[in-house]
Amino acid sequence: MLPKYQRRRLLNAFNLTLSLITMVLGLTALGWILWVLLDFGLKGIHPSIFTQITPPPGSNGGLSNAIFGSVAMSLMGTMVGTPIGIMAGTYLSEFGQRGWLAPVTRFINDILLSAPSIIVGLFVYEVYVTTTHHFSGWAGTFALSLLVIPVVVRTTEDMLRLIPNTLREAAAALGAPRWKVVTLVIWRAARAGMITGVLLAIARISGETAPLLFTALNNQFMNTNMNTPMANLPVVIFQMAMSPYDDWHNLAWAGALLITVTVLVLSIIARFLFKKEVTAN
Amino acid sequence: MESNIKVSLRKLNFYYGKAHALKDINLEIIANQVTAFIGPSGCGKSTLLRTLNRMYDLYPGQRAEGEILLDGINILDRKTDLNKLRARVGMVFQKPTPFPMSIFDNIAFGIKLYESPSRSELADRVEWALRKAALWNEVKDKLGQSGYSLSGGQQQRLCIARGIAVKPEVLLLDEPASALDPISTARIEELIHELKADYTIAIVTHSMQQAARVSDYTAYMYLGEMMEYGRTDVIFTNPTKKETEDYITGKFG
Repeated sequence: MLPKYQRRRLLNAFNLTLSLITMVLGLTALGWILWVLLDFGLKGIHPSIFTQITPPPGSNGGLSNAIFGSVAMSLMGTMVGTPIGIMAGTYLSEFGQRGWLAPVTRFINDILLSAPSIIVGLFVYEVYVTTTHHFSGWAGTFALSLLVIPVVVRTTEDMLRLIPNTLREAAAALGAPRWKVVTLVIWRAARAGMITGVLLAIARISGETAPLLFTALNNQFMNTNMNTPMANLPVVIFQMAMSPYDDWHNLAWAGALLITVTVLVLSIIARFLFKKEVTAN
Repeated sequence: MESNIKVSLRKLNFYYGKAHALKDINLEIIANQVTAFIGPSGCGKSTLLRTLNRMYDLYPGQRAEGEILLDGINILDRKTDLNKLRARVGMVFQKPTPFPMSIFDNIAFGIKLYESPSRSELADRVEWALRKAALWNEVKDKLGQSGYSLSGGQQQRLCIARGIAVKPEVLLLDEPASALDPISTARIEELIHELKADYTIAIVTHSMQQAARVSDYTAYMYLGEMMEYGRTDVIFTNPTKKETEDYITGKFG
């Protein structure tokens, strides 16, 4: 039997090694994915992917219609979902102390947050696509905005809760009505965190395939009319990767790399903003 | 004497949920005088201060019973407009709470709530408030900078300037100097002396010396009850109750 102290040291070394191994395992998986993505994706990256539309198999082309569609639908989805999410999150944090409405809303929002996105796609298909009798960019926008809302609600509420009550009291002590306290003081104090939430929401929707499959569908051509089917990166990647053609495979990898880089950049901006806010407070 | 009473508490009881925090408080706060509230932690002195502008109303489960007469009108009445009440009864907190905006906007925020001054009037008013709070000379060249860029003592004077800029009648100070160094504390105490010409001041403090230095009247509270209230010089030299004497001489608490 070892003395107690030595046993403790051994146990410490053992646990430390174990946690190091698990960390290496996680990092390896992540690094491997990124490596494969870079290896295959860089081969497909070429200026023409930004200028030419998706080609038929065997000929040259790019992803411009899919890039445009993705940007347009993500942008519109964010613009629709953000105000709703911010208002609802503000209600939960600032006005919902009394009564049952806030706890129920919070609970439903948490369910929405973790709901599989394919269900959101099916829902929009049922209520929008079947009533208008055609797939469209607006249907895709609708589905994406439904994914934005719970993320923004959650981050807005969390960020507003970080603001100390003393600031609310200080503004109220001057005779400011509640809505002015919130819009002029509390929102301003939480601004960076709230923007971070919106960026994270954009990052989340920019790679979603399932909700667009039943709503925006796809389009072989450049299309700026949101009322007709629209190409978008995730569905194009899905379609091209499933095909037997090598040139399509290359384009699919390039598209995947594009999405990854976009999400990475958004995450870095979000981190940077949030860090700035934490040090400012 | 009677006409000089600014705030009058009558049988005031206060509850945090079921906890009975203030018990049958009767007290008269005299206009243009400084009234200090002293007592050990948890005795209810901050709670009492927070009833005077009904700050407790922000939180569910907190309620007051009895009467608080401000110029003879009961502010605990349901019909009281809380925002207008708080514009008349200003408050400065223990920790400095600058708003996340420029020094100028920190002061202008409260003014613009109830008045629509022109730009030059607003600028004059901001300068007036900052001068009153003895901060003008230190910040006059950087009014556009964030309020957070100031030191702790300056931030607290900024909050006082913000509080007096809306020209309240009563100013509530909740341990305004407890987070500050001795020099900043001295400046704030000087300020309190100067401000009482225009305002009725109620201050909560943990420092007996501070209460003795700045106040005209002192209230000693213990476990939610008003133990003794009277002129500060009398309370500190010749208290009628043994408990008061024990507390101010440091035998207790």
